[in-house]
Amino acid sequence: MNEVSITLDSLLGQLLLGLVNGSFYAILSLGLAVIFGLLNIVNFAHGALYMMGAYFGWMALTYFGIGYWWSLLLAPSLVAVFGMVIERSLLQWLYKLDHLYGLLLTFGVSLIIEGSYRYFFGVSGQPYPVPELLSGSTDLGFMSLPNYRGWVVIASLAVCLGTWFVIERTRLGAYLRAATENPQLTQAFGINVPLLVMLTYGFGAALAAFAGVLAAPVIQITPLMGNNLIVIVFAVVVIGGMGSILGAVATGLALGVIEGLTKVFYPEASSTVVFVIMALVLLVRPAGLFGREK
Amino acid sequence: MKKILSLILGVTMAALVAACSKSDEAEEKVTDGAIRIGVLTDMSGLYSDIGGQGSIVAAELAVEDLGGEVDGIPIELLSVDHQNKADIAAQKVREWIDRNGVDMVTDALNSAVALATSKVVAEKKKIVMVTGAATTRLTNEDCTAYTIHHSYDTFALANGTGTAVVKQGGDTWFFLTSDYAFGHSLETDTANIVKKAGGTVLGAVRHPLSTSDFSSFLLQAQNSKAKIIGLANAGGDTINSIKAANEFGLTKTQNLAGLLVFITDIHSLGLPVTQGMYVTTGWYWDLNDETRAWSKRFFERMGKMPTMIHAGVYSAVMMYAGAVKATGTDNADVVMEWMRNNPHSDMFGKNMTLRKDGRLVHDMYLMQVKRPSESNAAWDYYNVRQTIPTAEAFQPLSETRCPLITGSGN
Repeated sequence: MNEVSITLDSLLGQLLLGLVNGSFYAILSLGLAVIFGLLNIVNFAHGALYMMGAYFGWMALTYFGIGYWWSLLLAPSLVAVFGMVIERSLLQWLYKLDHLYGLLLTFGVSLIIEGSYRYFFGVSGQPYPVPELLSGSTDLGFMSLPNYRGWVVIASLAVCLGTWFVIERTRLGAYLRAATENPQLTQAFGINVPLLVMLTYGFGAALAAFAGVLAAPVIQITPLMGNNLIVIVFAVVVIGGMGSILGAVATGLALGVIEGLTKVFYPEASSTVVFVIMALVLLVRPAGLFGREK
Repeated sequence: MKKILSLILGVTMAALVAACSKSDEAEEKVTDGAIRIGVLTDMSGLYSDIGGQGSIVAAELAVEDLGGEVDGIPIELLSVDHQNKADIAAQKVREWIDRNGVDMVTDALNSAVALATSKVVAEKKKIVMVTGAATTRLTNEDCTAYTIHHSYDTFALANGTGTAVVKQGGDTWFFLTSDYAFGHSLETDTANIVKKAGGTVLGAVRHPLSTSDFSSFLLQAQNSKAKIIGLANAGGDTINSIKAANEFGLTKTQNLAGLLVFITDIHSLGLPVTQGMYVTTGWYWDLNDETRAWSKRFFERMGKMPTMIHAGVYSAVMMYAGAVKATGTDNADVVMEWMRNNPHSDMFGKNMTLRKDGRLVHDMYLMQVKRPSESNAAWDYYNVRQTIPTAEAFQPLSETRCPLITGSGN
């Protein structure tokens, strides 16, 4: 943009906004990474689950008068149950097959989910108000940041840290990692591996739904909202390294910021920049920035 | 001798063929015994609320009003999802004409789709009545003798909203533009109108289609200090821009001007966020008794009020059927000529005239979105601020770049 001079203040503002978007990328790619890391499933239904989360929040408010904070808990739980049903009824038959089958199945599932939401709600979408506690904005000196956006960053960082802690530092996480590494041996130790796998998929779905509720007050809730995001999130996961939790979170945030900067200096490329970076990373490090070669 | 014989044979054959085809024409002026109308629309993508199933229902309502036939010849409706892809649309329309005998294609939402369709239709000598797409290229560089541009276009939108806003004191503009043909065309048209009315354009930022987060672009718009932020985008992009503008408090110091806003967008965003916005439209359900009666029928089937595109599809089918009835043929040249010479009236508009460049001219309306307290019911969203008369609503014929008129050829 040549007509508008870029000041330090506005640049700081854009960096902060990039961080907010990066937070969404981080939660979504975290869910994908967990599912891929532990189930070896390329979960293309992730965008649809994210959309379902947002819609559950909206339905809870519209039909039952349940507010934002409860939705933040309720919607992910419901979507988690839905995810677990999908895992038990469909996905579990595919673990022994090539990744491609899981990808195709989840892609089909997402088309069905999005199609039915489109049928019932149309594409124009539904509005969701910002919760009262977080309405208004804070003057940071260089920009006035809506409080809600600040909350998004805090909430997503907390969730990402929590997930990392559970998987890397607790006994449950150790079981999970063992189950991924060698399911037969883990089962032999008396650990119920199918149950672990089901819970993991449910947890990944819940993360997507959490991001959906988090996004609801910021963007319009439409059946296509996940569709627009899922491809970028996949790029984030590939850049970070498939299955790497730290990689997913760090690249999610970093790419949000890079995208934000692109929006200032060359806005036309803002939807492409992520993929350019992905191509470059794959050339240099095929396993991704944080991935391990197998 | 042999030569003469074959010559005679040849002439006889030719005469026979000519006689046959002539008698065909006399008995059956409408080919294949039916009038076939194809609704080409976006059934599942981002424009499916402004067109989509609603367009099909609108066409069905027209067929019902016609009694399902024109002088004993049945009207058949076909529809297809073009998925917003110009190549799919072109291939589908070709198939419709070659295999199904479609005579007229309507809706054609999405500018890229409309441009592709209009080329195929002209090549096959059939008719397309575009009600969904906005680009003025359809009646300028890419005009054909078989394309009718119904309902609205980017010039009419820019003209209505641009002029009104500058008149109200909004004389400095910054554009948020969707980065493809439609957005550019809307931005250019509006910028010209703003400058002509004495305003200045401070800048623009181009965003990719289907962006979910607009905060970054809006911050740039805010820094421009322009009084008016012109939204040269559509559908979900407009909705998300308006949402983010409210969230970041832009609307306290600056005003938004939505250049292509449909009533479904207002419905989806709600009045608290959209109140006071100017909207230019070719039609609104609550204009008069006739529009209200028609919209009630539409509402009973769709559960929502029609957009101007839906009403346009209805009007296009009525207009085409009227021309076929009057001329007694579905020959595109004859029907087009008749429509150029005979103004059409229905619940969409009165005395709508088809110009040589393919533009159907009619009144346009400048609306202002009501305050929540003014709205009495769902879908009661607009105050009519000004009726823009036919003569001023569209690009003057003297300014067209249509080769059919300028004679410059391709």
